[in-house]
Amino acid sequence: MCLAVPGQVRDIFDAGGTRMGRVNFGGITKEVCLAYLPDIQVGDYTIVHVGFAISKIDEESAQKTLQMFHELGILEEELGSAS
Amino acid sequence: MSWTCPLPLRDYPNIVLGHGGGGKLSAELVENLFLPAFRNSVIENLGDSAVLRVPAGRLAFSTDTYVVHPLFFPGGSIGDLAVNGTVNDLAMSGARPAYLSAGFIIEEGLPMTTLAQIVECMRAAADKAGVQIVTGDTKVVEKGHGDGCYINTAGIGIVPEGRDVGPARAKVGDAIIVSGTIGDHGMAIMSVREGLEFDTIIQSDSAALHDLVEAIFTASNGIHVLRDPTRGGLASSLNEIAAQSRVGMALNEEKLPVKPDVQSACELLGMDPIYIANEGKLIAIVSQSEAEAVLHAMRRHPLGVDSEIIGVVVSERPGMVTVKTKIGGTHVIPMQIGEQLPRIC
Amino acid sequence: MKYLNEFRDGETARKLFREIDRVTTKPWALMEVCGGQTHSIIRNGIDQLLPQGIELIHGPGCPVCVTPLEMIDKALAIAAKPGVIFCSFGDMLRVPGSEKDLFRVKSEGGDVRIVYSPLDALKIARENPARQVVFFGIGFETTAPANAMAVSLAAKEKLENFSVLISHVLVPPAMEAILTSPINRVQAFLAAGHVCSVMGYWQYPELAERFSVPVVITGFEPLDVLDGIRRAVLQLESGKHEVENGYGRVVNFEGNKPAQEMLSRVFEVTDRVWRGIGMIPRSGWRLSEEYRHYDAEYRFDVQGIETKESPLCRSGEVLQGAIKPTECGAFGTVCTPRSPLGATMVSSEGACAAYYNYGRFVQIDQMAMA
Repeated sequence: MCLAVPGQVRDIFDAGGTRMGRVNFGGITKEVCLAYLPDIQVGDYTIVHVGFAISKIDEESAQKTLQMFHELGILEEELGSAS
Repeated sequence: MSWTCPLPLRDYPNIVLGHGGGGKLSAELVENLFLPAFRNSVIENLGDSAVLRVPAGRLAFSTDTYVVHPLFFPGGSIGDLAVNGTVNDLAMSGARPAYLSAGFIIEEGLPMTTLAQIVECMRAAADKAGVQIVTGDTKVVEKGHGDGCYINTAGIGIVPEGRDVGPARAKVGDAIIVSGTIGDHGMAIMSVREGLEFDTIIQSDSAALHDLVEAIFTASNGIHVLRDPTRGGLASSLNEIAAQSRVGMALNEEKLPVKPDVQSACELLGMDPIYIANEGKLIAIVSQSEAEAVLHAMRRHPLGVDSEIIGVVVSERPGMVTVKTKIGGTHVIPMQIGEQLPRIC
Repeated sequence: MKYLNEFRDGETARKLFREIDRVTTKPWALMEVCGGQTHSIIRNGIDQLLPQGIELIHGPGCPVCVTPLEMIDKALAIAAKPGVIFCSFGDMLRVPGSEKDLFRVKSEGGDVRIVYSPLDALKIARENPARQVVFFGIGFETTAPANAMAVSLAAKEKLENFSVLISHVLVPPAMEAILTSPINRVQAFLAAGHVCSVMGYWQYPELAERFSVPVVITGFEPLDVLDGIRRAVLQLESGKHEVENGYGRVVNFEGNKPAQEMLSRVFEVTDRVWRGIGMIPRSGWRLSEEYRHYDAEYRFDVQGIETKESPLCRSGEVLQGAIKPTECGAFGTVCTPRSPLGATMVSSEGACAAYYNYGRFVQIDQMAMA
């Protein structure tokens, strides 16, 4: 379940008391409800499910994960991958 | 658009039932709206049929009906779809499109200016495609039916000798080439449809492909299949061809050309571009030895700049289309059941 | 797309496959909880490329698949009522009820509309004040905050023509039900990443401890799934059973507090029947007393629904991971996406549909020429 797609917050506005934003998903901009992320700012990345931003993407954590993947290969070379 | 409403039509800002009745109102509509747009000596005869002189040989004949909603969308309208669609069906048989008919089913109440705009789009598309609209018909249905306007076009074209293409002609070893990015048209429609709106404009790729087809035949005589993937996308067309030719197809996911914004829109809605319609792309299945030559010819043509060889025809699993993913696994691309629906899961 | 494409890189995937292979010395059975993860696994052929000993048991995390049959029939009854505009996510349109599905109701004249978000349904309600607009609120904890917001806004605006048919299901009770089942073979869980982005993962340490199972919070892209598998296997191989966050860029321990506050206000826990599985106590959410006015089950007369499941359908066993879709006699023969017997064949992430669509056929050649 839970098709949630990452996008970048482009602007934030109020719509009748509800915090809304326009989020850019790789070139597509869509209006998204930001009510559940009161601290999110323009420029931040978030994941969006059914028109709602439900979590801010921790970019540092993402980079750490990608770095870990990168290092996986190096470790493998050092060990002289047998399998 | 430079059309200004001529005098007899000015009393009718909207289409009424009488415009389809065959009487004075119908005649005025034809005289003042259709004829000026589709100006040619044949249609101006206003005969019950168009009588045409055609060279001896094989005649290609195709028909299609257009029920698109909304009538106007980024990159096109029902008008240019109606012309390009039938032009393309003829071209996919190797024919040089020549003449079209146009049948309209119009919903009572459609604004006259809307109809005029649609007709103007048809005129422009027909001129660009080098075809003439030589006969037609108009009916008007009661309000609540007809979704604004439905158009049927039928077309004839001449198939030059030496061309023998068809969906049953794919051979094991053939290269599968697509002329450009997939899913553009379907996503353009989706992006304006009620309930699923995007702010970025995705353009339909509606275009007449006859000239690209000529470039392909000039480049090679090893062309086995041509198909323009419309509804159901690339997946449906390839499945149909695989079934009719009794061959399998192995595609390479990394080679499938998709515009980034179309890809993003598909991600958002949980859809797969391979099932989404195009209106200005073609699939060419050609013998392996000719593939490079055809690819280069296609890429030199303005409508084929993003052409790619996306796969190969195989003998394994006849009737089945498979794709190798970027991850390395392989999966089947089945015929879809009904329309693709956006999903949350 | 940033933070998506990087997690689909083919070369890194191959590295992860090799790494998993390197650390696996015994056979292990893992369950990916979420249907979206199942979809990703089958579509990318991940199960084809894992070492022989690693078995992926597909979990019941497909809210479309587990929506109780009675709820589907209620939805169909409401959608067929004259004047009603019935709004639903696209996933639910072809889920078979006892007699028909929403698509059929639409073709028979019902005003059934697909929406991308519950806020779109609210918009339709505002634009059609003379008609009753009903939104089909299904989903796990990931979707619940969105549905809750729609109800909360409707109440704030006193939108009298709006109501929701709520059928939420909760993941931790389902995991517990699986672990306590006598036929359970699951040794580790790949927990549902997006559910955890809302709820956090504070509910899992107790489960991991009690049942001695590693729980790795896992994402959905191929690299996320592979990394989740890698971490789970590493734990299993070293005898650990901890809760590990493998989806740190999206999930944290606490989860989304504002969302949780809204959920506790708008919903209350209830027993829920999971289609194909049966009743799992306290495994669902329904509207709380305060918002009962917006509950479509109360607003519309939908009593006396008699449900009828196909006797051939074994979705329940598939959902519990007891059998693979290919082990069901109806799979690919009587039951296909075109004529599904159960929800697991309809939902794009139901295991049966995933197997069928991505080619895990029993009789490939017969299929191909059909």
